[in-house]
Amino acid sequence: MENLISIFVRSIFVDNMIFAYFLGMCSYLAVSKTVKTSVGLGLAVVFVLGITVPVNYLINNYLLQPTALTWISPLLENVDLTFLSFIIFIAVIASMVQLVEMVIEKFSPALYTSLGIFLPLIAVNCSILGGSLFMQEREYANIAEATSFGLGSGVGWFLAIVGIAAIREKIRYSNVPAPLKGLGITYIITGLMGIAFMSFMGIKL
Amino acid sequence: MSKNREPLFSSKNIKLLSTPLGRENPITVQVLGICSALAVTVKLEPSIVMALSVTAVMGIGNVVISLLRKTIAPRIRIIVQLVVIASLVILVDQVLKAFLYDVSKQLSVFVGLIITNCIIMGRFEAFAMSNKTWPSFLDGIGNAAGYGWILIVVGFFRELLGSGTVFDYQIIPQFMYDIGYKDNGLMILPPMALIVVGIIIWVQRTKDTELIEEN
Repeated sequence: MENLISIFVRSIFVDNMIFAYFLGMCSYLAVSKTVKTSVGLGLAVVFVLGITVPVNYLINNYLLQPTALTWISPLLENVDLTFLSFIIFIAVIASMVQLVEMVIEKFSPALYTSLGIFLPLIAVNCSILGGSLFMQEREYANIAEATSFGLGSGVGWFLAIVGIAAIREKIRYSNVPAPLKGLGITYIITGLMGIAFMSFMGIKL
Repeated sequence: MSKNREPLFSSKNIKLLSTPLGRENPITVQVLGICSALAVTVKLEPSIVMALSVTAVMGIGNVVISLLRKTIAPRIRIIVQLVVIASLVILVDQVLKAFLYDVSKQLSVFVGLIITNCIIMGRFEAFAMSNKTWPSFLDGIGNAAGYGWILIVVGFFRELLGSGTVFDYQIIPQFMYDIGYKDNGLMILPPMALIVVGIIIWVQRTKDTELIEEN
């Protein structure tokens, strides 16, 4: 249990998707103009990461890894399908997003309208595929750890986008040099926020 | 062959190659493909490898999509596009693992993340789906080059100021260190990539004032 919390907190602060790995930057920069929309997108990311990482974990460990196929037959021990992981992960993500969209539409129309266009866009958000690839690279011990990593990364992304959206709403009233307006200053602020987040780096959990 | 066939390098086609380098740059203007651009630029070598990989995937991918554009049903186009990209990226990944293992380790997940690099999807959607093969190829190469030069510039400055080297050769001479010069360790850390790109945007928009945004 302690291990799970440690992975969760680590993936929010220390290995933050945006500030440490720059994943999902495109939608981070494009959708962070107001707090309201960024909350919607952030929630959708938490949701999708929390589902796709464990699903891809199962696929990775029971289909793709070397020796993973032994549960079918011991003869398949030498089959190594890891080279297929990109294509399978992205297919899982695309279909999961579609599935999640349908489920939400059916059971919670209110949430569906508030997430709106963001759900389908998430299929091409790098932080989702990144979550699955990091999960594969870091070799988590069981599915609970993978889930906690997925949720944690999602929450970290959520925090980052809501933070920058709040700053961008305020900065509209400041006197930024003209060529830096919009994109330029957003980059620089993100860099400064990243430096602030780096102070978590030394924390050992 | 029709008589009024466009020459291969007509001025329109040259434009496809050159606008993404400046006015329509994918990173500083279109805001596409930022993730990988920032994460791999600690040193010059991985930046160049990444730029070349993206160029290969984009050039070939745009051609494939453009050839298929009449057969792809609009409803399933995203999945078709993802499959094309993913297969190309697998090829690139295997080639890197075979010939440039160290760099491939350094790039880690970012080779795989070329799949979700929005430049590629963006150009497929905006250009290759509705244009002929040769212009699509040029558009792909042009956008990849616009992405690549930013990567290389950022990689160059981060390596030079952060480690005092270029391509792992010591550039800052030893006597500079003796009289008290220090490498700026901050440049190696991720946040500085953002700030360097921010400065590039600043310089670009000071020169080209039409790009300045409203707020």
